[in-house]
Amino acid sequence: MKSSVITFPGSNCDRDMDVALKKFGFKNKMIWHNDNELPKSDLVVLPGGFSYGDYLRCGSVASKSKIMQSVINFAKSGGLVMGICNGFQILVETGLVPGVLLRNKYLEFICKNVFVKIDNKDNPYFKNLEKDIFELHIAHNEGNYFCTEDQLKEIKDNNQVAIYYCNNDGKIEEEFNPNGSIKNIAGILNKEKNVLGMMPHPERMIDSCLSGEDGSLFFKNLLNNIK
Amino acid sequence: MQVNEKLAVEHGLKVEEYKLICKLLKRTPNLTELGIFSAMWNEHCSYKSSRLHLKKLPTKGKKVIQGPGENAGVIDIEDGDAIVFKIESHNHPSFIEPYQGAATGVGGIMRDVFTMGARPIANLNSIHFGSTQHKKTKNLLRGVVHGIGGYGNCMGVPTIGGQTCFDRSYNGNILVNAMTLGLVKKNKIFYSKAAGLNKPVIYVGSKTGRDGIHGASMASASFDDKIEEKKPTVQVGDPFTEKLLLEACLELMAGDSIIAIQDMGAAGLTSSSIEMASKGKLGIEINLDKVPCRETKMTPYEIMLSESQERMLIVLENGKENLAKKIFDKWGLDFAVIGKTTNTKNIELFFNSEQVAKIPINILVENSPMYDRKWKKTKLPKKNKIQKKDLKNLKILDILKKMISNPNVCSKKWIWEQYDHTVMGDTIQKPGGNSGVVRVHGTNKAVAAAVDSSAVYCWAHPLTGGKQIVCESWRNLISVGAKPVAITNCLNFGSPEKEENMGEFVECVEGIGEASKYLAFPVVSGNVSFYNQTKEIGIKPTPVIGGVGLIKDYTKMITMNFKSEGNLVLVIGKTEGHLDQSLFARTILDEKNGPPPEINLFNEKNNGETILKLIEDNYIKSAHDVSLGGILMGVSKMCIEGNIGIEIKKPNSLLNEFEYFFSEDQGRYIIEISKSDIKKVTSILEKNAVHYDEIGILVGKSVSFNEKTIVPVDELKSYNNNWLKDYMR
Repeated sequence: MKSSVITFPGSNCDRDMDVALKKFGFKNKMIWHNDNELPKSDLVVLPGGFSYGDYLRCGSVASKSKIMQSVINFAKSGGLVMGICNGFQILVETGLVPGVLLRNKYLEFICKNVFVKIDNKDNPYFKNLEKDIFELHIAHNEGNYFCTEDQLKEIKDNNQVAIYYCNNDGKIEEEFNPNGSIKNIAGILNKEKNVLGMMPHPERMIDSCLSGEDGSLFFKNLLNNIK
Repeated sequence: MQVNEKLAVEHGLKVEEYKLICKLLKRTPNLTELGIFSAMWNEHCSYKSSRLHLKKLPTKGKKVIQGPGENAGVIDIEDGDAIVFKIESHNHPSFIEPYQGAATGVGGIMRDVFTMGARPIANLNSIHFGSTQHKKTKNLLRGVVHGIGGYGNCMGVPTIGGQTCFDRSYNGNILVNAMTLGLVKKNKIFYSKAAGLNKPVIYVGSKTGRDGIHGASMASASFDDKIEEKKPTVQVGDPFTEKLLLEACLELMAGDSIIAIQDMGAAGLTSSSIEMASKGKLGIEINLDKVPCRETKMTPYEIMLSESQERMLIVLENGKENLAKKIFDKWGLDFAVIGKTTNTKNIELFFNSEQVAKIPINILVENSPMYDRKWKKTKLPKKNKIQKKDLKNLKILDILKKMISNPNVCSKKWIWEQYDHTVMGDTIQKPGGNSGVVRVHGTNKAVAAAVDSSAVYCWAHPLTGGKQIVCESWRNLISVGAKPVAITNCLNFGSPEKEENMGEFVECVEGIGEASKYLAFPVVSGNVSFYNQTKEIGIKPTPVIGGVGLIKDYTKMITMNFKSEGNLVLVIGKTEGHLDQSLFARTILDEKNGPPPEINLFNEKNNGETILKLIEDNYIKSAHDVSLGGILMGVSKMCIEGNIGIEIKKPNSLLNEFEYFFSEDQGRYIIEISKSDIKKVTSILEKNAVHYDEIGILVGKSVSFNEKTIVPVDELKSYNNNWLKDYMR
């Protein structure tokens, strides 16, 4: 399976994603933001980091960079596009997924493990996963998901919420919400379910001696689903 | 502007120093030249008060590839790999403007490391603030933490450890020391020594602005009532540009175009150009019209003294300009050929086709002043006799609760959760433990690092305090299973012009030297920060030690959380009951006098090496060194982290329970072992003549003493975890 990770100026989880994809059997290529064309890919990943320093709005400059037209076309033709952290911020800026990401509730960067509950497995990312509750890692300053009430209704009606922040028992409550996201939303899909944006970093959970192995389950399953 | 004595003094030079400049030049310097002298001869750049004493530190060793004198120190970690590391202070700027001051401190130290060709793989920091009651403390802490995070997080380098202390002596002068470790192949290390004539001198990175002019001079002066006016001397950081600069430099370094490279840190273009030429025994010619400027009408004086961040100076091989330019263009960074190396041994500056400065480089470097300052020895204070009646009404449980939530003991999670500590995917031990540990990417090796200070001990007796911090750093590395390799130091002191402060410096350095020599734990890099004082009040002497160790097989790494019920807990090293200068004496008895605990280097080495052997043989399940607060603090933290209780029995000894549980005798560790291993472990300890006490067994979810006092681990946890969070919100 072929994957492509886009490197924007200021991306800093691009290598980690490359390591993770290769570890689980993807043939991954690093793609420079200034290229025109995506190579043939089964999966495109927008990695975490601080693209363009996030000096304007997080992800907004990156969403206009050269390669993104090709990424958007790929997504619109049904290709799998996954945005993690800053990649999620870029995705909302392109409009491929609805909503926006505001600064965290306490106006502080947060780096820690969280639990998330998968809401909908009817998509290529989570289909066939046995567990519902995953321990993943977050590291962000702007992960406070927000959308209008109309959007929220539409998102729910279309089963577009990918994951919610919860506790280790899967309880989705405000006290387990690390950043103030509306309804504890941690990740979201587009209507067609081929584009996924989420704040947690599965690529940081691929080793038992690091934080844990739930990221490994995610990548292994993703590879099998794409095959 | 007329250059005269008065102007020289305004530049921070002494009258005698100005006279020396005129004598060496055989003329009066012009304004630009005066600026250059003031930048090169201030304390921060010239080490004029400290050089004499720093020479005494042991800097060599089997594993040392590069000692002090370069951008950072380098140690060998085998298999062709090397670690580049250094710690540096950014105290004054951080007090004036905490966010930018701390951020650029982190940016500066990372640049020092990647200048040598190493990719930064870990950051640490040691930060000291005034009393938690002081009106500025909260804002300073918040600003500094945001600044450190803002820069390090954006760079994508994990912050794996640190230290935060509160003491009223920092009310008017906080300390922000930042440390970075980088990984490099031994045969791809870059140095700052220029070589060859007519080689192009290249400027890359951000444009030069008027920020930070005279930053280094500001760092070399005491604060007074007008510190707020110094805000313009604080640099403004741009971590995004530094990330690009890092990637571009490493890309260029993969080839063979670079002869020498130096980052523009303190004293910017001045010190970087002069250092490169001086080390190569060459001259350098710079055309200031070619320097990319952010602002219009910048004068030669401003261009030379700006401390704008994220800039590098490179001496390239001839003919490599286009190749290099292509790389910097790709990353969207400025690139300009601004000069060349010459054989004149002068620094010559041109502006609008006119020569605006010409100074022989040896005058600036070798002839810079060096002072043998007067200093005063600190006598070892007399021991206090703590009376039984002082202890009569004390309850061990109350003390435990009070001490576990003390600002200097409590969990610093509120701080380190704001730092990305997991990016790069190799952090195998997070902040909050004895040391931070990162894997060497793609290998079975790992590198451990810790930062430590003990200002109270250093204040009570600088010589003992100096030894103690080196030992504490050593213990922190050993406790995670790392073999200590080398240290970097950041020496934060008051004014060297005061005999007491200078004495503290001299004796701390002596102590550091003695311990690091004995432990074969050499000093490979460092930084001196004097004038940490407001008006007449200096800080407590605060040398900070950054230690680095190697774990050959990371699966053998040890953490401090207790692992399983039924396991036994031993204290390694002898508890003598030394309470003077302990947290207990200072906060519970309000007793501030007396000597710090003694250092026995033989025991320190022997105990540490024996622990490493026990780890190597897989006997140790968890370990923690005994430090601030004594045994009970250490055990409680291990319970909290492991969420397991313990039944503690005080061993039979002449010490009362306060002396046993709260004394801060050195050279001690707490270890957890399996019951079935007790005979084998004690026989190893006895064979190596290491004292040990068995103090308890892990059981349940509460901490109990002598079957009487009981406290749930959860309760201790909330005392420990909540203090800082509640204080800041």
